Amino acid sequence: MPETSRRGLLFGTAAVSAGALLTACTSNEPKKQEPAANNAPAADDKPGKKVTIGFAGPQADHGWLNAINENAKSRAERYSEVTLEITEGSNDTAAQIGQVQTLINKKVDVLVILPADGKALTQVGLQAMKAGIPVVNLDRIFASPQAYRCWIGGDNYGMGLNAGNYIGEQLKDKPNAKVVELAGLDNLELTKQRSQGFADALKNYPNVKRVARQAADFTVESGQAKMAQLLQAQKKFDALWNHDDDQGVGALRAIQQAGRDDFLMVGGAGAKAAMDAIKADNSVLKATVLYPPTMAASAIDLARALGQGKGVSGMSELEIPASITLYSAVVTKDNVDDYLPTGFS
Amino acid sequence: MTQPVSPAQQQQDGPVVTTTKSPTPQSAWRALGLRLDVRNLSLLGVLAVLVAVGGFTKPEQFLDSSNLQLVLTQASVIGVVTVGMTFVITSGGIDLSVGAIVALASVWATTLATQEYGFAGILFTAVIVGLACGLVNGLLIAYGGMVPFIATLAMLASARGLALQITDGKTQIVTVETVLDLGIPDAYVLGIPPLVLVFAVVTVVGWLLLNRTTFGRRTVAVGGNAEAARLAGIDVRRQRLYLYLLSGLCCGIAAFLLIILSGSGQNTNGNLYELDAIAAAIIGGTLLSGGRGTIVGSVLGVLVFTTITNIFALNNLQSDVQQIAKGAIIVAAVLVQRRTARDGEA
Repeated sequence: MPETSRRGLLFGTAAVSAGALLTACTSNEPKKQEPAANNAPAADDKPGKKVTIGFAGPQADHGWLNAINENAKSRAERYSEVTLEITEGSNDTAAQIGQVQTLINKKVDVLVILPADGKALTQVGLQAMKAGIPVVNLDRIFASPQAYRCWIGGDNYGMGLNAGNYIGEQLKDKPNAKVVELAGLDNLELTKQRSQGFADALKNYPNVKRVARQAADFTVESGQAKMAQLLQAQKKFDALWNHDDDQGVGALRAIQQAGRDDFLMVGGAGAKAAMDAIKADNSVLKATVLYPPTMAASAIDLARALGQGKGVSGMSELEIPASITLYSAVVTKDNVDDYLPTGFS
Repeated sequence: MTQPVSPAQQQQDGPVVTTTKSPTPQSAWRALGLRLDVRNLSLLGVLAVLVAVGGFTKPEQFLDSSNLQLVLTQASVIGVVTVGMTFVITSGGIDLSVGAIVALASVWATTLATQEYGFAGILFTAVIVGLACGLVNGLLIAYGGMVPFIATLAMLASARGLALQITDGKTQIVTVETVLDLGIPDAYVLGIPPLVLVFAVVTVVGWLLLNRTTFGRRTVAVGGNAEAARLAGIDVRRQRLYLYLLSGLCCGIAAFLLIILSGSGQNTNGNLYELDAIAAAIIGGTLLSGGRGTIVGSVLGVLVFTTITNIFALNNLQSDVQQIAKGAIIVAAVLVQRRTARDGEA
């Protein structure tokens, strides 16, 4: 997800207090919504021994990361015996390392870490494990398996794969079908994995060719700009895969501005706005491939189970697994009602 | 203290290019006029080369009228910001907060509370937030004695932070139809998108302000030599305050255009606008040290960048290549200008 606004760190005190005051007057959000995804938790619901979970994540400057924080918080609130120590989100590697070290010094029972950069945070993960604090590594993976007890995250390759297979199925009877890809931030590993999965899936359909690929920045503004260019470059194509629903807001706007409706679009991540559009079925957006922020709620479940020495209910093992990869389901008009509660805004 | 040179004068000076070597009595004016003329001509040359490349590589798509509209539309948001930036740089200052102000103005103008008041509410909020940020910058720099670099850097940080706080990391989608409608082809006036019209108006007003008014002369004077300007009776501090207000106003207008364009407000809006606007102004021929500014050059600079992006996207080149090319163009344009400037002086 985007690594922007590192500058948010520089805040003057005046700005902070003024900001707090002004935001209070803005009333952007009529009521705080409880993020969904409250299906059965991993371990059982019965209160056990007290557990303090430390949570460190990147700055939530993006819809998906914000949903991650909300999922973690609301799930922790459901357990009376769980205390959540949450740090200020940061995209600055050094700052995040400092925050994790603070949590280690506070002697939390379990750590949940979603690193801004997985490789860069590996050392501090090792440090926590050596200090006897089990680490649940959320999404962006550490470089060493020794740095975490359990990894849970999304499947970027699978996202591309499922998007490609869905598009391929839709176009399988169309000779010389053309597909366009609007990728996310090209300097992120996850973008490469998504594109690779997409390319591999399209190999299953010899009649489908990817004719263009442009990278945007995961922002609405970049999505609009890059999509407008793509539409100019490709006067005719049959399908579009957009890696991210946030930039998809901009992409859909560009499509509307160009007055185009001659292709089908598949989104990525699973924003509520995208699911609403799929349900309404009044735009080119026909599907989105999930990358669910509910993984944060599951990470809290796993951390609680670790802290209490439990396994996962419904599984025979005594311990929680070492790694869990989420499935990137394809949400279409047919199943959108099932997934709408997990949509984030 | 130098006199600003208008494109009209450059136009008159145009044919003189061939007679560079013949000495003329009004040499000071002529030399300056000629020099700026060559600067803009070299930029026009770069633009012409780009158009040729675009037309050659993708004739059907690039030369399409809808593509021309697209290039101008995409230039309009950053273009409006660059006009404001040109004034600030001409006065010897710098405004690093433009991108953050665009972000803050766009998210504040798209909060649910503001959307209730419809078109006017969104426009008013965007402009007021822009002006308010400009006012803070101006007061800190003109009356607080802060260095522009530091004051606007602080504004960059706090405005971005505040924008993030207001949105809570969420994308604020605009539902006000009257705003959204301005971004679709039905609203085009004689085939020109409203955004481009606003950009054109801001450019013309900016040009008139810089080249035809006392305000413009004072701006150049402050940038050329602030102490001399003060001794000449100019209220330098008030002038500086006005300039940062003007830059803030441009950011507010740009934020409104961006809302129309993207149909939303997001805290990531206006990312790196400060660098794009500064780069466009500098390759346009505005002196970073102040004392000389050209609106026409800045707008040409913006068009060069937008055209490159367009050509690269049409040819399906990836963003890393685009960034490298952008850097190369900045270096090349400035080198060409320094050379032509020296030749003009010789």
